Amino acid sequence: MQHLFEEIGTTNEGDIVINVGPQHPATHGVLHLVITLNGETIKKVEPHLGYIHRSIEKMCESLTYRQFIYVTSRMDYLSAHINNHACALCVEKGMQIEVPERAQVIRVLMDELTRIASHELWWGAMAMDLGAFTPFFHAFRERENINDIMEETCGARLTMNYMVPGGVMADIHPNFQRRVKSFIELFRSKFDEYNEMVTGNVIFRNRMKDVGYLSAEDAISFGCTGPTARGSGVSCDIRKIYPYEAYNKVNFEEVLETGGDSLARYMVRLREMQQSISIIEQLIDNIPEGEFQAKTKAVLKLPKGEFYTRVETARGEFGIYIVSEGATTPYRIRFRSPGFSNLSALDHMARGSKLGDLVAMMGTLDLVIPDIDR
Amino acid sequence: MFIVKYIKEVFGAVKSLLVGMKRTGYYFTHHKEIITEQYPDNRETLNLPERFKGEVVMPHDENNEHRCTGCTACELACPNGTIKVITKFDITPEGKKKKAIDKLVYHLELCTMCNLCVVACPSDAIVMAQTFEHSVFDRAELTKILNNPGSKIMEGIE
Amino acid sequence: MWSLAGITGSIQQWLQETFSPTWALILQMVLVGVAVISLFAVLGLVLVMMERKVSAWMQIRLGPNRVGPKGMLQSFADTLKLLVKEGMTPGGADKFLFNLAPFLAIIVAMLLMAPIAFARDFQIWNINIGVLYVSAISSISVISILMAGWASNNKYSLMGAMRSGAQIVSYELSAGLAILSIVVLTGTLDMNEIILSQSDGWWIFKGHIPVIIAFVIFIIAVTAETNRAPFDLAEAESELTAGFHTEYSGMKFALFFLAEYVNVFIVCSIGATLFLGGWMPLHIGNWQGFNHVMDYIPSSVWFMGKTFFLIFLIMWFRWTFPRLRIDQLLNLEWKYLLPIGMFNLLLITVMAILGWHF
Repeated sequence: MQHLFEEIGTTNEGDIVINVGPQHPATHGVLHLVITLNGETIKKVEPHLGYIHRSIEKMCESLTYRQFIYVTSRMDYLSAHINNHACALCVEKGMQIEVPERAQVIRVLMDELTRIASHELWWGAMAMDLGAFTPFFHAFRERENINDIMEETCGARLTMNYMVPGGVMADIHPNFQRRVKSFIELFRSKFDEYNEMVTGNVIFRNRMKDVGYLSAEDAISFGCTGPTARGSGVSCDIRKIYPYEAYNKVNFEEVLETGGDSLARYMVRLREMQQSISIIEQLIDNIPEGEFQAKTKAVLKLPKGEFYTRVETARGEFGIYIVSEGATTPYRIRFRSPGFSNLSALDHMARGSKLGDLVAMMGTLDLVIPDIDR
Repeated sequence: MFIVKYIKEVFGAVKSLLVGMKRTGYYFTHHKEIITEQYPDNRETLNLPERFKGEVVMPHDENNEHRCTGCTACELACPNGTIKVITKFDITPEGKKKKAIDKLVYHLELCTMCNLCVVACPSDAIVMAQTFEHSVFDRAELTKILNNPGSKIMEGIE
Repeated sequence: MWSLAGITGSIQQWLQETFSPTWALILQMVLVGVAVISLFAVLGLVLVMMERKVSAWMQIRLGPNRVGPKGMLQSFADTLKLLVKEGMTPGGADKFLFNLAPFLAIIVAMLLMAPIAFARDFQIWNINIGVLYVSAISSISVISILMAGWASNNKYSLMGAMRSGAQIVSYELSAGLAILSIVVLTGTLDMNEIILSQSDGWWIFKGHIPVIIAFVIFIIAVTAETNRAPFDLAEAESELTAGFHTEYSGMKFALFFLAEYVNVFIVCSIGATLFLGGWMPLHIGNWQGFNHVMDYIPSSVWFMGKTFFLIFLIMWFRWTFPRLRIDQLLNLEWKYLLPIGMFNLLLITVMAILGWHF
């Protein structure tokens, strides 16, 4: 702890220590990085976390199993549906509730729409960090479409709280299918623009190529999951390895790149967006009829024991671990957030590169700080 | 060979830059792509979806009657104590004492719009309204009493 | 048809009749000073407004549209805001240099206005080494940036200023080489002569491919000289929170801001003069009828139109491309722009000697 209170200044070798954040225009949330620089080269990066710690895990100890789901939307607010999905799955696993087919398909559709929305925002924010302000607005135009679809069915645009243990809270709106189909068309037509404006641009490629190399062994040893690890060639897509809900009924491929640098992680996310669109396309016409929510008791009590479920959010593997003593509220809940492990690889990647590269690296790691700090 | 690679690099770079410029030039000239909504001016034409979760209200019919029985299911379902149900005892025409609702206190400043109270209500007494402009100058205005004064429960609800 | 040269000629005549020669000269200088300052102010307002509207339309949104009709009075609101802001000097700052830096930036911009020909016979100073003068004075702008970065007593500002210093000094070479290409073709450094030599067509059409290459190099170098994106890491918002002018607020910041926009105007007007013909209307060789029609549009309109077209081009660059890293920027200059520029100069010299241009 001693080093936390050291005076920020120059060290003996002529290095300077600067702070990036916690308030910073490179909007990722409140992340405080203490960087030791020698001229323009980075020697060490130390993230100081906790600026947005809200003790969510402690709060959940006083909420019942129906009530604690809404707080997880506020953790990783860009994958709100997926987090809620994980909580619902864990409670269903504990109580052995069987989710009807229609609810499963609706949940997967919402998940994939959320994944696309999250990657859109990532793309826009990353381009903005590197200095091009225009793609941000273009990305938000597509995201507005998804937000409108969510607003019509779930009632909210960011923190939806639509999943309940047993299914979903309400049936999909009659306009849902029509809107999603028109969104698919719009997305396909605009996707080439993304390549025109950002991916093919020589300046972007030079900023991202060979920047922040993470080898496959390092990715595994730091615990990175999601597109961060898939960019280094580690196959870790939960939807393929431990398929849940309707994922074993759809055809999609796991996107892997072997480059290990920022450009590889960038391409992984872009291709993941295309895979998500193809999943949505396969499911949107085949939503089975039936109930949208299984009949459950009014008051849920998980039996005594420990339950763990994992899902694939837009950032990586999100895990929820419930320890129950048989009461109506859990004894302890622990969330395994993907951002925390991804952030721990930043120091290793950043040593030896320039300050400008740090921004590109943070962009491709896709950090959402409330997810890291809970 | 080095010269050939060099020149190819230069041409490839310039071409990629021009492609990007063409795209922004397209958006610069086509103003009908602008999707900005001029918010305070378009309040009349704004229509929010019916499921939009703005705030919790208790609908009353034309006789000033509501459907709330005072069962406090919403209070139990709410995750952070936003709803407080205050009950009283009514005397029915047969002379028996029946529990009825006196006031349903709703703290708008604490509400997370999670919809659990609406789902938990067995008699569909509360719904979500589509208002979203909740800012006030005085914080006390955010504590709302949902049932109108002098209203009573409709017949036949239990 | 009235022309700007006629107005200034009549003012000069009136002054010389009414006052003694010394007083006439002094009054002329005062008038010119007032005119330049007001031109600055108007340019600042217009360019800021243009930048915001252009950026907004490229980003599929409306720009400022509440203050005044279609948002045209937004700049006045901005100026008012900057005027009433508190101008703080940070604690350990070097007070003399800190206060001097923005003024130096403005002085350089004002000095550069002198040889520019805004219309036919309408120059502040008709010097016969106009191009050399411009090249030399624009090198002084580095000093103001370095002063601002050093005197702010702030690590971010210092880093931004260092980067910017390296960048400007390198790109002056390429800009100079591009300017030299035109000088070789015309054989003179005088701005007026260069413009008059384009009376049968602008150089960008007359000297075909090599001059187009020189023009492209000039635009890129000049964007880097004025610290505009994609070369703006001196003020990179997402990395260093405004770089060398982080610690400036209020009027001093307004001066830096103004100096940047006026610099853009000046370099674009130099580019318009050298490559696109300055105030010379579009003439095509010997087509007398066409040339006569083109002459009806006043020369100041031609000049402003060309300059604003180049300003639009530079703004287009800013809102499309991301930022280059410092080593990539220097890489671009020393390994790509400079060799190509030198080779191009050789080509143009050969072209000028053998007469292979139109």
